[in-house]
Amino acid sequence: MTASAGGVVKAQPWNDPSARPYVEVERISKSFGDFKAVNDVSLKVYKGEIFCLLGASGCGKTTLLRMLGGFETPTSGKILIDGEDMTGVPPYERPVNMMFQSYALFPHMTVAQNVAFGLKQDRLPKPEIQERVATMLDLVKMSDFAKRRPHQLSGGQRQRVALARALVKRPKLLLLDEPLGALDKKLREHTQFELISLQDKLGVTFIVVTHDQEEAMTLASRIGVMNHGEIVQAGTPSEIYEFPGSRFVADFVGSVNMFEGKLIEDEPDYVRIGSPELGGTIFVSHGISAPPEAIVWAAVRPEKIFMSTVAPQDGTDNLVRGTVQDIAYLGDLSIYLVKLPTGKVVRVTQPNTSRHAEAISWDQQVYLSWDATSPVVVTR
Amino acid sequence: MPFAIVLKISFSDVDLAIPPYKPLLEWVGKNSLAIKVNFNNYAFLFTDSLYLHAFANSLKVAFLSTLMCLILGYPMAYGIARARPSLRNVLLLLVILPFWTSLLLRVYAWIGLLKANGVINNVLMSLGVIHEPLTMLYTPFAMYVGIVYSYLPFLILPLYANLEKMDWQLLEAAEDLGCRPWQAFYKITLPLSRNGILAGSMLVFIPAVGEFVIPALLGGPNALMIGRVLWDEFFANRAWPVASAVAILLLILLVPFMMWYQSVQARETAGGR
Repeated sequence: MTASAGGVVKAQPWNDPSARPYVEVERISKSFGDFKAVNDVSLKVYKGEIFCLLGASGCGKTTLLRMLGGFETPTSGKILIDGEDMTGVPPYERPVNMMFQSYALFPHMTVAQNVAFGLKQDRLPKPEIQERVATMLDLVKMSDFAKRRPHQLSGGQRQRVALARALVKRPKLLLLDEPLGALDKKLREHTQFELISLQDKLGVTFIVVTHDQEEAMTLASRIGVMNHGEIVQAGTPSEIYEFPGSRFVADFVGSVNMFEGKLIEDEPDYVRIGSPELGGTIFVSHGISAPPEAIVWAAVRPEKIFMSTVAPQDGTDNLVRGTVQDIAYLGDLSIYLVKLPTGKVVRVTQPNTSRHAEAISWDQQVYLSWDATSPVVVTR
Repeated sequence: MPFAIVLKISFSDVDLAIPPYKPLLEWVGKNSLAIKVNFNNYAFLFTDSLYLHAFANSLKVAFLSTLMCLILGYPMAYGIARARPSLRNVLLLLVILPFWTSLLLRVYAWIGLLKANGVINNVLMSLGVIHEPLTMLYTPFAMYVGIVYSYLPFLILPLYANLEKMDWQLLEAAEDLGCRPWQAFYKITLPLSRNGILAGSMLVFIPAVGEFVIPALLGGPNALMIGRVLWDEFFANRAWPVASAVAILLLILLVPFMMWYQSVQARETAGGR
């Protein structure tokens, strides 16, 4: 069981080899001229998941999404949805709907007409259309705005209409391109949870594209981190955060302190890393698979570093001294930038649990330490 | 001012004088001023079927020309709006380029193309498609070719300006919701470009109704359009009052279209769709 809030998938079908994937992307590539937007990506998404494709702009996540929607033709590879090969199936025949980043609401139609559009296209009987539109508008709390035009709505309202329009056709798969990108921070947080509860209610499988790691962490049952057209790591939010497989993932998801070093002791149940960058040794209480003397990186999250003005009693591992260079007070927590004698700047966050905490201030000498379980060692 | 003079003349009587009409105001006796308003010119227009026929024919020609411009111009405007930005300016330039030469020259060029031993006939004959030259010049066909050719840019430019603002993602959204591409065009693009269509159509229709040069040069003797009638009345018959009446009537006919065009323009600039 993970700490993830996202997705109706409470079991973990991705860990169950007998589970049948609902969406299967098989070795898909897409090139634009010489540029490989998506490079040999394989992906399995299970029914009821919220799968987030997370990456910086230009990493190929939107291209991958558009191939799922049928708006781009893969250069090679194929996509199966619910066991059906989607190769050559145009967007209007796919059991997939998409929520566009710009929402793409039809400006010449009312909210209700926008939502009804897809159903009318399917030539459903009028009473059924009306009923389904009404139910859907109710679900996204837009019933009072049914007769408005899109330009008379706020950003958050448009987002909900776009969502309703995409969901009303009861697609097997809903694709969301930066669904909350156009909303301000407060509204975004609120909408994230609404989106999850809506998905929970309808049980539709979501694939979400986002560049916002916080959004991905909140929404996703699993995250696929993309870089240069490839999925570099896929896993639950906590797996991605706590067990990043590479420097890129560790750095991209959340903030991290990365210490380059050499393996000086490599045992099955622990390793010790000598890091000139840190000016000390790092002791990690789990084994890794790397050749001896290999260059490795130890990643330590800022919130897992303890900071004190007095030296901790025990040992010399995982301990370093530095000077506070900068402090950012964020209310709920504070970020400290501590400069080590080696010149390396370490980022430390501390929750402000007390209203009158004894303040650590600028230029103060502090000791930084962390548990042997905290560092993640990556070899690439 | 010119309009007031034309209006004045349209109410006066013909005279063998210079200018060839009687004044509206006349001093009768010492202190009395007589205003002679003459509706005969207007009445005359309705008694002779020639004028009504010419009016009707003008409207018909203008309407059909507008329709043909639309059929030809819409795909062109659409194509330009969807072209790569770098290509767009080149295409637009090609649309505007003919304006840099005189209309008269371009119409004469069409004569050269369409006449019995003109370019088109020669090419067709040498290719063996036809064995004797087609009669194209001085037919309604030639007239329509001329009008459509001359006014096409007036339709393309406003339509392009409208289509260029369109969010093409709307079409993807429509396809995503189950529309085939042509359905998406019909349900999304067409209604959204309505203002551009109306604006462009009016820009073609209004001047085309009063068109004189093209029917006179390409259309032959049977192309009876109101602009031609006006010309004949004025210069051949020296009937200034009747000619003025024709002009005024034409104006009255076109006012509703112009008002419509204005309101469309206002809506377009207001951005409300």
